[in-house]
Amino acid sequence: MQVLILVIFGFVFTLQAAWAETVYVSNEQDNTVSVIDGSRLQLVDTIPVGRRPRGIGLSADRQKLYVAVGDDNRIDVVDLKTRKIEGFLPSGEDPELFVLHPDGRRLFVANENDNLVSVLDIPERRIVTEVEVGVEPEGMGVSPDGRYVVNTSETTSMLHVIDAQTLELVDNVLVGTRPRMAQVSADSRQIWVSSELRGTVEVFDTETREPLAKIGFEVPGVPHELIQAVGIQLTSDGSRTYVALGPANRVAEVDAKTFEVLRTYLVGQRVWHIALSPDGRRLYTANGNSSDVSVIDLENREVVKTIGVGRSPWGLVVAP
Amino acid sequence: MSFVLILLTLLLAVPVMAAEGVITIAVVTQERDPVQPVSPLDREIRDEGVAGARLGIADNVTTGRFTKQRFVLVERTVPKGGSPADAVRVLGAEGIRFVVTDLDASALVAAASDAHAREMLLINARAPDDELRNEACRANVLHTMPSRAMLADALAQYLMTKRWRRWFLVTGSQPGDRLLSAAYRQAAKRFGAEIMAEREWTFRPGHARTDTGHVTLQSEIPALSQVADYDVLVVADEANEFGDYLPGRTARPRPVAGTHGLVTAAWSPVSEQWGATQLQARFEKFAGRRMGAVDYAAWAAVRAIGEAAIHSRSSEPSAIMGYLRSADFMLSGFKGQGQSFRPWDGQMRQPILIAGPRLLVSVSPQAGYLHRGSELDTLGTDREESRCRF
Repeated sequence: MQVLILVIFGFVFTLQAAWAETVYVSNEQDNTVSVIDGSRLQLVDTIPVGRRPRGIGLSADRQKLYVAVGDDNRIDVVDLKTRKIEGFLPSGEDPELFVLHPDGRRLFVANENDNLVSVLDIPERRIVTEVEVGVEPEGMGVSPDGRYVVNTSETTSMLHVIDAQTLELVDNVLVGTRPRMAQVSADSRQIWVSSELRGTVEVFDTETREPLAKIGFEVPGVPHELIQAVGIQLTSDGSRTYVALGPANRVAEVDAKTFEVLRTYLVGQRVWHIALSPDGRRLYTANGNSSDVSVIDLENREVVKTIGVGRSPWGLVVAP
Repeated sequence: MSFVLILLTLLLAVPVMAAEGVITIAVVTQERDPVQPVSPLDREIRDEGVAGARLGIADNVTTGRFTKQRFVLVERTVPKGGSPADAVRVLGAEGIRFVVTDLDASALVAAASDAHAREMLLINARAPDDELRNEACRANVLHTMPSRAMLADALAQYLMTKRWRRWFLVTGSQPGDRLLSAAYRQAAKRFGAEIMAEREWTFRPGHARTDTGHVTLQSEIPALSQVADYDVLVVADEANEFGDYLPGRTARPRPVAGTHGLVTAAWSPVSEQWGATQLQARFEKFAGRRMGAVDYAAWAAVRAIGEAAIHSRSSEPSAIMGYLRSADFMLSGFKGQGQSFRPWDGQMRQPILIAGPRLLVSVSPQAGYLHRGSELDTLGTDREESRCRF
């Protein structure tokens, strides 16, 4: 008996050591953030935030959570120790997605209704400048070397590349219809952009903006129109890219070197944004229409759990 | 908004026709008698259609900044009794090749058939007539307004999904109402519904706003709707003469659908899904009201030309027209799927909304209505059925 208890203790301890992360999920229709304990894969808390929470991200010290609450025209700041809102940041009108610059100080925010990317100085709590982009700015990414901020505009269907120093537009590249997410690879050399309505992912060279690849997806039995590309997650080792296929209810795994689609995982309905665990072994998906989060074990290549969260989960972030 | 308006004014102030890198789009509106809304909650709308075209051009202008293309809107209103065909001919003589038409079917056919219009492209944002997509189709016409057959099929798919298969059809006195009823009958046959009874609405319109109007209606409508049992009343009243009177007054407690009650349309002021919140917000800033189906069709027409110009990387009208009809063309229309033009009749394939008076209820095509190509082609005239010969 004692041995058994010890074994169980040991097992739980190992699990916790390996899976100590916490997942935060923004629920667009519930005006809440769900908190999932990554060691037990259970919903442990729900934090009330402002209206229409979508974009979600961590502060540089990982002690705070930023949540863009579009209908309140601000970014709520949640203290992760107390799990309470401790204040807000001015974001400009209708913030949707944002990205924290590696300097830890500036937040680049897409203002969906104003065709702007706002540059927010966090310590000073003010918008230092605005960059005019296309209609309905959405996706926000930053190169890990800090040189470029990238943005997509949904209705204009463009990738906008902003010099993070001069805060001027370097380039505007036409991409597939209704681009959603833009992410820069860990080596800062590639920009990956998803197109919701074309159901494609395009890859560009960061420096030259030359197209490197255009990746399409097929799911047997799912009509072409329902295969849409939304959330993107690139692994830190540059080997894989995961793509959320929206109403196809699948996440695709792509070889980031050959651009070949390796497999798809069946997850919840209308999978929107996705996030990798810090060790890169699990992928969490926000499933908007089934109001849950799927957990994919990437080593064993299977969906291991579905966790109910609030209504219309939209974005998620994983804290170590 | 003021910035965009100033920009538009500036653009309109300079001579713009046929200049290089400039894409000029005209919107031609036929002057109509103002319609007194049935409900006191509705306001009379004087800029229906053209307001959508204005928003479309503003969206194009923003994107054109990045592609070095200039988009200009020219607005023309044809007075009652005037000739829309003449107006289109004059636009052609000015070098304008793209015309969005807010015209009835006969005026559109006349304008498109004119020899001068051969090199032009007309996009129909008003007339739902199936004849325009079949016998009277023209190679120089595209349609962003859905056909009556599309609206009827969209409704039939939804009602069949609900298993409301026994219909009571009530038809108004306008010619369009009869055509819509014919489309409903065809859709019933196509999707397996049964029309249990049919009645024509023959009462005079507009009397409910008088002090005792509701008393009259309370006796008239039960009398009209004393028919064998049915699941749903399907109403064809395109001119909004009586449809709003039906819900809550029928002899049997049954829902109303069609042009009223559960409304099928390309767009509804209540839509907020698939990013529609943003389109509605932009439109409301511009027009001071919510967006309707004709506004949407005009917006989609102007945006379609913009998309084709931007993605073909050309300001050359023939290149833009070619791209519009190509398999590469796709418009993001805030309805969850890409929208494109059917090559066999020039109709824009698009989801159709099923809207209640205050919220969206559903969208067709419904799940399970399959198609070997696009499921959007389960709505309206499919390739094999088309009687259009360009």
